[in-house]
Amino acid sequence: MTNSTLERLAPWLFTIALFVIWEAACRIFKIDPFVLPAPSEAFAAMYQYRWPLMRHSFVTLWTTMAGFTLAVVFGIVLGLMVGWSRTIYRGIYPVMIGFNSIPKVAIVPILVVWFGIGEIPAILTAFLISFFPIVVNVATGLATMEPELEDVLRALGARKLDIMLKVGIPRTQPYLFGSLKVAITLAFVGTVVSETIASNAGLGFVMVQAGSNFQMPLVFAGLLLLAVEGIAMYAVFAAVESHFTRWAFRSSMSAAA
Amino acid sequence: MFPARSRGNKFAAMSLVDINRVTLTYKGASGGVLALQDTTLAVPQGDFAAVVGPSGCGKSSLMKLVTGLVPPDAGHISVFGDPVVGPVKIAGMAFQNPNLLPWRTVVENVLLPLEIVEPHRRRFRSEKAKYRERAETLLNTVGLHGFADRYPWELSGGMQQRVSLCRALIHQPALLMLDEPFAALDAFTREELWCVLRDLWQENRFTVILVTHDLREAVFLADKIHMMSARPGRIVLTRVIDLPRPRELDICFEPAFQNIVHELRIKIAEVRKA
Ligand SMILES: Nc1ncnc2c1ncn2[C@@H]1O[C@H](COP(=O)(O)OP(=O)(O)OP(=O)(O)O)[C@@H](O)[C@H]1O
Ligand SMILES: [Mg+2]
Repeated sequence: MTNSTLERLAPWLFTIALFVIWEAACRIFKIDPFVLPAPSEAFAAMYQYRWPLMRHSFVTLWTTMAGFTLAVVFGIVLGLMVGWSRTIYRGIYPVMIGFNSIPKVAIVPILVVWFGIGEIPAILTAFLISFFPIVVNVATGLATMEPELEDVLRALGARKLDIMLKVGIPRTQPYLFGSLKVAITLAFVGTVVSETIASNAGLGFVMVQAGSNFQMPLVFAGLLLLAVEGIAMYAVFAAVESHFTRWAFRSSMSAAA
Repeated sequence: MFPARSRGNKFAAMSLVDINRVTLTYKGASGGVLALQDTTLAVPQGDFAAVVGPSGCGKSSLMKLVTGLVPPDAGHISVFGDPVVGPVKIAGMAFQNPNLLPWRTVVENVLLPLEIVEPHRRRFRSEKAKYRERAETLLNTVGLHGFADRYPWELSGGMQQRVSLCRALIHQPALLMLDEPFAALDAFTREELWCVLRDLWQENRFTVILVTHDLREAVFLADKIHMMSARPGRIVLTRVIDLPRPRELDICFEPAFQNIVHELRIKIAEVRKA
């Protein structure tokens, strides 16, 4: 086996090894399945409840994507505004940092009061938890523009909007796409937090229900599906990133991930 | 490829750049820094001026003042006979760092000023092919034939600096401002680019202000060398270089050339001590 095939297979080998060790540990130490079910039991539960699990996985996926899409739109707009003007930056930043330090779990009950139990609190929680890294990265991309390049353009009579369109916005792309990978995984956290508190659908809801029925294999099946969704979406945005910002990987400028 | 400058006659008698008793202070948290004090400097139309001086004496600041990127605290600056109140809109600039946009190809980088400067800006879409041709011609003259569609990262540092020069010249500016453009290059590439710049200037006779630390570079290229004092910067000496043109690199080894360099070196040592 050559080195490069080994490298390509490494993630799979590592994952399989993890499951094998987990399975072996459960068997050798005879761990109570109420404490930690073996992966084989989790997969069995996954198979047994495949239809409901599929439906709930889909709910989690689309609410996450909806919240994430909101975060992208809002995050880009706010990031551009913050990067555009120092006054806006000064005004908004403290509020935003304060807001970002509030645990989003604390906000879910408020959302429930406003919007009732269901998908909307999940979407909003996903949105609230994931927009911050997008704003910060877009603003950073604008703020780190080379001053000399700005001088070159201003000496040509470029207006601020010209500089923004020709340099600022293209230059923030690697920062933006880098942040999307982080934001999408955070969005899953937001959705599931909301689903565990106030929902009647989604993987978070399934896990809470299964937990209260002592169906630990099903809880773990839910966890595994969540991980799979997270990895898949991360991979999608990593691919999007490397497609759109190939120049950033080739040149010395590197994205903030 | 540059049109003959009809304004030349009208302004022949006067300076294209006129800096008159200018003072500049940078305000910082720990008090102000007096960068320039009572600096006076005139550059006639079509002249090649070099500015030399100790590090930190305000050479880059002078460039920013001339292009209107920062306003002076006192004094008067005019370009083309008009007082400078904001960015001058006609100057081409290049720095030590080529500052190319990595997401644009070489030719797209060169075309950038035309997307900004009027009247090209208005015509840019409809006459893209013509402009592209112009950019490629310019790239050919600096020895970058066949590199138009490469990306900057595929080019060496010297090649990137050539692209940066092309970008500064594509809109046929009346004024070219160069801030240590060759400082990061190796000696051979640097001398090669001196010749590139010499030829471009000889052909088109735009006005150049070149900031440099390299006295040989200044003597080889310039009509006049202005030497600045340590901070706060003032022009303490203006030396006319009357070596015949066109100058070939061999001139660097002639006694007349070396005498001037030597003389300037002694002066700059005095200035730094003072
Ligand atoms: N943006 C700024 N804010 C505050 N002080 C500045 C700023 N830019 C320059 N200065 C100060 O002004 C002085 C002159 O700076 P300038 O960059 O013009 O020097 P320079 O002659 O170009 O130096 P070098 O040869 O090293 O490039 C320096 O002492 C520097 O500390
Ligand atoms: Mg400088």
